[in-house]
Amino acid sequence: MNAAPTAAGHGLLACAVCRLVSRAPQSGDAHCPRCGAALHARKPASLARTWAFLIAAMILYVPANVLPIMDTSSLFGTQRDTILSGVVFLWTSGSFILAALVFFASVVVPLAKMIVLAILAGSVQMRSVKHRRIRTRLYRMIEFVGRWSMLDIYVVTILVALVQVSTFASIHAGPGAAAFGGVVVLTMFAAASFDPRLIWDTQGEES
Amino acid sequence: MPEYKLIACLECDLLHRQVPLAPGGEARCTRCGARLYRRASPDSNQRALALALAACILFIIANIYPIVGLEVQGTHTSSTLFGAVKSLWEEGARAVATLVFVTTFFVPAAELIGLIWVLVTLRRGARGWGTVPMLHFIESVKPWGMVEVFVLGVLVSLVKLAHVASVEPGVALFSFGALMAMVAAAAAAFDADAAWAQLETIR
Ligand SMILES: [Zn+2]
Ligand SMILES: [Zn+2]
Repeated sequence: MNAAPTAAGHGLLACAVCRLVSRAPQSGDAHCPRCGAALHARKPASLARTWAFLIAAMILYVPANVLPIMDTSSLFGTQRDTILSGVVFLWTSGSFILAALVFFASVVVPLAKMIVLAILAGSVQMRSVKHRRIRTRLYRMIEFVGRWSMLDIYVVTILVALVQVSTFASIHAGPGAAAFGGVVVLTMFAAASFDPRLIWDTQGEES
Repeated sequence: MPEYKLIACLECDLLHRQVPLAPGGEARCTRCGARLYRRASPDSNQRALALALAACILFIIANIYPIVGLEVQGTHTSSTLFGAVKSLWEEGARAVATLVFVTTFFVPAAELIGLIWVLVTLRRGARGWGTVPMLHFIESVKPWGMVEVFVLGVLVSLVKLAHVASVEPGVALFSFGALMAMVAAAAAAFDADAAWAQLETIR
């Protein structure tokens, strides 16, 4: 028998909204006696949903980086900016801190998020018992930093709004922006679908 | 062992017995380190209400005034958040416009109104209409409110534009900055455990 007392191990269900712990019903769907939320021992179809969102995000990640997120047309011609060329522009114009910040938010965060989620889902599927605490912490981390990759979407929004109407140039949002927004949304859904408790469900098998 | 004294870790499912904490204290899971529960100060929901009301006023200011102004060859242009979303929508980037609208306007507004709704109802000592669905709603939309990311995005675009034109941060930018701090403070002060416990006693 495993030593750690878990809610599931004791036939109890924890409400994800109000945190009330209640006894699981013998049959049928469970609802929280205090707030009425649907109760699940684990998030339903957690791994399948995580993979589905994750793979969709990975596919969309390609156009998000290849297609321009912004077209700038001025008297000097048209310039198409991708996520990366935007970072390069900031760097070469001397805004090193900002360039690093945008690089982190738009390149490192989404990539790290997808890699970490793949590792988490994969390791759960292989019933790994290693580094559970670290894996749980990784999950917490990607949930926290994921939102920051919206940064470039907001930059494009402001630039389009301000420069569209002015005379010296016009800036339009490119198809890359929609793809990139899609990546952010899909990775957020993927992270929300993953159930970190699955990491610990292998407890009994640890030597 | 009565069930209501138990709390399960949402990240590893380990059961813990709730122990009284000192005010301001928080309990973490002994196995994975996730936050389990905390003991807020007794007046924290009053503080949350005051902060949420202040945030509401800032939210209105932030959406009326322009975020940034731009001056090129004597012509001045400026844009509000709404104007920015509108120009994205009009040029066909509808998905992006919707995403920006939802994360910077709809969710923050809904969260604030919901929080005020719940806190005012609880203050009156009533169970109130829609309090429980409202709490569920606040919880589910929370990850989609991204005012702080938006503020950083505006700052980045200011720096980018500063290379080609003279830019001036608008009133709304400062309001959004203050709003970001206020929303975070209100969310931190809001004692959901106390709200649920109170709702349970007045059914
Ligand atoms: Zn509940
Ligand atoms: Zn835990």
